[in-house]
Amino acid sequence: MSYDALRHFADSWGLVFMGASYAVLIGWHFRPRDASIAGKPRSPFSRLIMRRPIMADDKRIDAATGTEIKHHEWDGIQELDTPLPRWWLWTFYATILFAIGYVIAYPALPMLHRATVGVLGWSSRGALDKELAAREAQIAPVRQAIADTSIEVLPTRPQLMQAAVEGGRAAFRVHCVQCHGSGAAGSKGYPNLNDDDWLWGGDLPTIEKTITDGVRNPDHAATRQSLMPAFGKDQLLTAAQVDDVVAHVRVISGQDRPGPASQRGAKVFADNCAVCHGPAGKGNSQGWCAEPDGRDLALWW
Amino acid sequence: MTSKTKSKFWDHGRLERNVSLLGIASLIVVAIGGIVEIAPLFWIDNTIEKVDGMRPYTPLELAGRNIYIREGCYNCHSQMIRPFRDETERYGHYSLAAESMYDHPFQWGSKRTGPDLARVGGKYSDEWHVQHLKDPRAVVPESIMPGYAFLAERELKPTDMRKDLTALTDVGVPYSKDDIAKANDDLKAQADPDADAKDLIKRYPKAQARDFDGDPGKMTEMDALVAYLQMLGTLVDVESARPQEVER
Repeated sequence: MSYDALRHFADSWGLVFMGASYAVLIGWHFRPRDASIAGKPRSPFSRLIMRRPIMADDKRIDAATGTEIKHHEWDGIQELDTPLPRWWLWTFYATILFAIGYVIAYPALPMLHRATVGVLGWSSRGALDKELAAREAQIAPVRQAIADTSIEVLPTRPQLMQAAVEGGRAAFRVHCVQCHGSGAAGSKGYPNLNDDDWLWGGDLPTIEKTITDGVRNPDHAATRQSLMPAFGKDQLLTAAQVDDVVAHVRVISGQDRPGPASQRGAKVFADNCAVCHGPAGKGNSQGWCAEPDGRDLALWW
Repeated sequence: MTSKTKSKFWDHGRLERNVSLLGIASLIVVAIGGIVEIAPLFWIDNTIEKVDGMRPYTPLELAGRNIYIREGCYNCHSQMIRPFRDETERYGHYSLAAESMYDHPFQWGSKRTGPDLARVGGKYSDEWHVQHLKDPRAVVPESIMPGYAFLAERELKPTDMRKDLTALTDVGVPYSKDDIAKANDDLKAQADPDADAKDLIKRYPKAQARDFDGDPGKMTEMDALVAYLQMLGTLVDVESARPQEVER
């Protein structure tokens, strides 16, 4: 039996069967019996629908409280029929009225194809749409102004810049924090954005390009690519030469003292690396590792 | 008990002392709740909106989903973006009922210790997911998520995906006979960069076939879980589904 057939069965005959068995269990008390045994000749149906006559002298009033005493007792203990407090009753009636109003105003009663929509026409998705549209109307002019202003000019307009920074803060939290960290401190494989070292350049237009085109993004043609050849893997340098260059880079970045290896490495560096990284490892004017403070190569260590 | 019980028919005294009457009245009261709140869900049209693009999970995604459930990810992660501004701005378009129609059981969840994952697919790279699952603190320093580095070590060894698919078919997921017969091959094809996944993608549109865990040599549980995460919320083009939801 397929799921749909099973579900349909449960919805139709299953419910009928459940209801019928429930009715039989309850109705058992009312099965037809000989009147002399049952003591009461009234049929179950009449007991269900008929009121018993109430005698005027039925009411007994408790002298101390003035409220009615119910017609039953257990070992001499009787029950007062204390009415509900008026305020409670009125509150109760008010909630009923509110519910009726709510059903009229809001989506409520299920009909054949959908629930009633309510005279207010409210829906959770419609409400969200409205909220987003109102927000959009509010920020669209600002966003347009930011988009129309080139990134070089933006800092000269403090109000717009502030709006851009706030918007950027929100966007950063949605899109960037997962890798660069909520404090932008980065982690292994994901650069720290707090320090003054910028792998791809740190002025506004350059950052904008980095964000727009991405870094080594296979899906984007204009993405930033590492141009440095794989000197060791492609056997442009021997393993020993690589070691020497490492020693040299550690020296020029102030992390080590000169030694024989670094002196050998200086020559290799001049021949192979200086064309892009500059003779002192400070980068060149092409924008390749062009930080002025000479710490570029040190950054990687 | 007094024999002089003479109360009105609709009096509580009568209801409370007649168990059959109380049973009937209770049934009526409870049935009203059920009829009004539950039964209409089976016939009104907007219980599950019709949207394009939904398809059953591929065997690899399904294996990932099984791992997701095994590891109890749902304890901290929901998969249900509610129609509120804060949620839609952070997670994306609110979830549609149809997007969970092949979930048995669904993973909506009710607790968000971690972020909602209903549209996490495609938001991060595979490398990020692998690194994050191995050591969450490596990429999110303030994370309290446990590490799942063992997933990358454990080879994916589902007993027989055909049985999984058959079980889901029994509860209404429309896998074809072809899908079921090829389930185990599909599983391998989706995670193997060298395999031909054309047939798989034809039967499962928008399926992403590649090596997910950065280790093409073997198919690990990491492959399956990342494949599952990367497809979450990517099937339905919610923007095209939008007009029919809001119109009344």
